[in-house]
Amino acid sequence: MLQAFADYMSYHLFGLSPASHLGAAVNFFIYDTIKIFLMLALIIFLVSLLRSFFPAERTKKILSHKREFVGNILAALLGIVTPFCSCSAVPVFIGFVESGVPLGVTFSFLISSPMVNEVALVLLWGMFGWKIAAIYISTGVSVAIVGGIVIGRLKLEHLVEDYVYNLKMGETEIAALNWKDRMNYAWGYVIDILKKVWLYVIIGIAIGGLMHGYAPADFLVKYAGRDNLFAVPLAVLIGVPLYSNAAGIIPIVNVLMEKGMAMGTVLAFMMAVTALSLPEMIILRKVLKPKLIAIFVGIMSVTIIFVGYLFNFMMG
Amino acid sequence: MNVKILGSGCSSCAKLEKVVREAIDDLGIVVDVEKVQDVAGIISYGVMSTPALVIDEQVKLVGKVPNRVRMVEILKQALPQ
Repeated sequence: MLQAFADYMSYHLFGLSPASHLGAAVNFFIYDTIKIFLMLALIIFLVSLLRSFFPAERTKKILSHKREFVGNILAALLGIVTPFCSCSAVPVFIGFVESGVPLGVTFSFLISSPMVNEVALVLLWGMFGWKIAAIYISTGVSVAIVGGIVIGRLKLEHLVEDYVYNLKMGETEIAALNWKDRMNYAWGYVIDILKKVWLYVIIGIAIGGLMHGYAPADFLVKYAGRDNLFAVPLAVLIGVPLYSNAAGIIPIVNVLMEKGMAMGTVLAFMMAVTALSLPEMIILRKVLKPKLIAIFVGIMSVTIIFVGYLFNFMMG
Repeated sequence: MNVKILGSGCSSCAKLEKVVREAIDDLGIVVDVEKVQDVAGIISYGVMSTPALVIDEQVKLVGKVPNRVRMVEILKQALPQ
């Protein structure tokens, strides 16, 4: 039905030829824009509804005094369903440490929470299919588990700013929500997130549409194909400063892949964009000493690059 | 009545403050609105997700911004009888 609408718009209304580059590009743009926005609205709504059952305060209780490994797995999984915005990273970090969540387990949460985010998920699903979205979630969770365990093993507690250990966390009973509240908040999040990302998504799809129509199909094989070993680290390097544009990046990535970028390189790029964000590092600087931030970024980069190579190797 | 808005300067924190002030205007009541921006102050209420709303030292909302109508309801409920 969507395809029929896109065909009608581009070939009848605009009078473009289906065989022309411009026709293909416009058709792709209309189809993808409608599809992605419908999916975004639906999935953000459902995810927000689910998340209303897992406030950070409850997650903290579940994770407190959990042991290594079991704790890391739980933390990485809870990271998916606990609502988290990088602006709350500091109180979340302090809250976790205060209530006896081990440092490594806290990091598993801090890695998984932004990486497995609903916008990235929708876009991956919409443009690559559910299998790729599932691969992204499971590798994301694995990276969070491994990263957290490594940081836990390194015994870096002394690299947390000292004042954190002296703060006193209050106790509070937060009133339970009813279904009407949950629906209202979920709808509010949909509007909020769409307002924040719509422009990036449209620009991303437009660039994607242009490349779809104009660039030859094997355009990128030489630069970003499986055989270029530098592609993965380079993708990670480019991905780090792109955080705020995660939403717009995926439609472009879709086309990059179509034109020959290898799967593992695409995954590594996506993970770098979502998990290694500059603004979040700056916020975390309030509670972590610079050395710990450097170690964190180092471990994440190595793990993500490893995932990239692994997938390129397996899928070759 | 004393209302505190907990949050260290994120965009939703500003939004919460705006909604609170609008709701106070709607009700035509006199309320102290205070902003708590330091982390120590925020977590002393046991709150981890910002913005949060505290009315008369009781945490009413965490990590959410309600709409104006809902905010009026919340304030009404907290009014001394």
